[in-house]
Amino acid sequence: MSSKLIIQIAYSLLMARWKQTLVAAIGVTFSITMFITLLSFMTGLNKLLDGLILNRTAHVRLYNEVRPDSIQPVEIAPEFKSNYHMIRSVKSGNSRQEIYNSEAIMDRIVQDERVLGIAPKITSQVFFNEGSLDITGVVYGIDVEAETRLFFFTDYMVKGTASDLKNVANSIVLGKGLADKLLADVGEMVQVTTAQGEQFRLKVVGHFQSGLQELDKTQSFASITTVQKLLGKSANYVTDIQIKLTDVSLAPKLAREFGTIFSIDAEDIQTANSQFETGTTIRTIISYAVGITLLVVAGFGIYNILNMMIYEKMDSIAILKATGFSGTDVNRIFILIALGIGFFGGITGLLMGYLLSSLIDQIPFNTAALPTVTTYPINYNPIYYLIGGAFSLFTTWFAGYFPARKASKIDPVVIIRGK
Amino acid sequence: MSTTILEAKHIYKQFYDPVKIDVLKDINFQVQSGEFVSVIGKSGCGKSTLLYILSTMDTDYQGELYIDGKKMTGLKEKELAAVRNEKIGFVFQFHYLLNEFSVMENIILPARKLARKPIEEVKERSLFLLKTLDITKLADKNPRQLSGGEKQRVAIARAMINEPRILMGDEPTGNLDKKNSEIVFHTFQQLAQEFQQSLLIVTHDPEFAERTNRIIEMEDGRIIRQ
Repeated sequence: MSSKLIIQIAYSLLMARWKQTLVAAIGVTFSITMFITLLSFMTGLNKLLDGLILNRTAHVRLYNEVRPDSIQPVEIAPEFKSNYHMIRSVKSGNSRQEIYNSEAIMDRIVQDERVLGIAPKITSQVFFNEGSLDITGVVYGIDVEAETRLFFFTDYMVKGTASDLKNVANSIVLGKGLADKLLADVGEMVQVTTAQGEQFRLKVVGHFQSGLQELDKTQSFASITTVQKLLGKSANYVTDIQIKLTDVSLAPKLAREFGTIFSIDAEDIQTANSQFETGTTIRTIISYAVGITLLVVAGFGIYNILNMMIYEKMDSIAILKATGFSGTDVNRIFILIALGIGFFGGITGLLMGYLLSSLIDQIPFNTAALPTVTTYPINYNPIYYLIGGAFSLFTTWFAGYFPARKASKIDPVVIIRGK
Repeated sequence: MSTTILEAKHIYKQFYDPVKIDVLKDINFQVQSGEFVSVIGKSGCGKSTLLYILSTMDTDYQGELYIDGKKMTGLKEKELAAVRNEKIGFVFQFHYLLNEFSVMENIILPARKLARKPIEEVKERSLFLLKTLDITKLADKNPRQLSGGEKQRVAIARAMINEPRILMGDEPTGNLDKKNSEIVFHTFQQLAQEFQQSLLIVTHDPEFAERTNRIIEMEDGRIIRQ
């Protein structure tokens, strides 16, 4: 059985009704185009929004929570062991926020091969003094190099250079919102008062914009040694260890592991930011749903056109059968017509989808919240093209299935005698 | 040398619309190779119904049908399609040419389906047939541009392309005027004489039937004369 003949017959039938064919193919093209564009744009946006938080967040964070001791001294004392303890007004102990033995812990964690890198951090509450005004804020003591490597610190610098934090003594990078409030441009000095009442003058070496305005109004960064100096602490004083992993999905497991090994509080990224994942999933589901709906509508169009074609071509089908074409051959002809529409409509759709999304990629998108983004984000993931292509073939095959089966069951006797 | 090309044994058929009607009752006959047979009878006597059973397109009957010595009754749809393709040529009252293809392509379509000979050989044969039927100049035309008589001759050429064991016709001159009927009849006669082609033609034109080798006359679903 020559498939070339089947293809030629299918082609001729298609061309005989090329206008309808074109309309059907355009339906597929349009839906695939929208499918690709929608998903590329949606996931691009998703990635951007997630990156806003997730890029800047440690996969696992080690810290000491300030909280009351879960075991009070009276519970340990042997003479009160059989007594019922009633303790009123329990206070959080004067426990240190400092991580005990931080250097040993960091040495140990760096050796773990699941860990991409670590960045120590000190959090310190301060007041920024501007004339008679005191503005509350936070100074983070960071290791600039580690922070840049793991958490893209420099990407968010809108003014000045990050390395000056390390090179210039007593320097600070202010959040954009905070800098606006303090009217502190790069090169100027700001005065801070620590919680302990110490006053320092720090030189502004840059502005920082995370994209989250609330944070930018309060946070600022200094080198670890500067913050240790502010707090009057020794050189191994660290309050947080931020860990970035090679595989983010391991975070909950490793958080538990490190938490028990170092008897410390450990928080994983999934727990800390569960809302982002939920949002991402839902947005992706919506995009897929819209894309697939479009394709199904296009499928109905193909179904209609094939059905019409079969009514028109009853005679031709009858004579093909009378001269020796079997039902299977006729079936194949119509499936091929449907797949032909799906294939060419799909290919064009993929191409148009690519063009449209690269067009969107060119549209300027400047927002104060996102300093590193200049155009709309597009995610050129080949998997969407694969899904789009496969789905266009599947829908058209399915749309052609029933008409083709109907055509294959046409009884030539009925048609020929009916004349 | 005469062999049996087609044999019908005790063929019965009923219609059930709306009540049971016996359309064919105990049909028995044979067609030998090289015979030019016509089937006549009044409208509704079952002659067309018989032809569609003999052509293997209608499989809803009782009895047995043999073509070229092989039993057709009970074969699958695909096997019957192959038999029609290879051994039976068909000419209908209506020409049934595909407008999407040229005359030549229409003629070679069954041969391409059979795919037994290279395409050049098939084309040669189609040219030979066109020449025999005196319509060589139509080869590259579209069926739409042809007259009724020409279309019917193209349909005959299509029926002959695979050198069928038997050519069947269902009122092939029914839609044609006197002159074209004559041409088509002569074509059949020529095929019978020159190529010893077996022919089984259903007609209601007594003049047409008179001139064939053998007449099978039917009435009320029975053969009354053969």
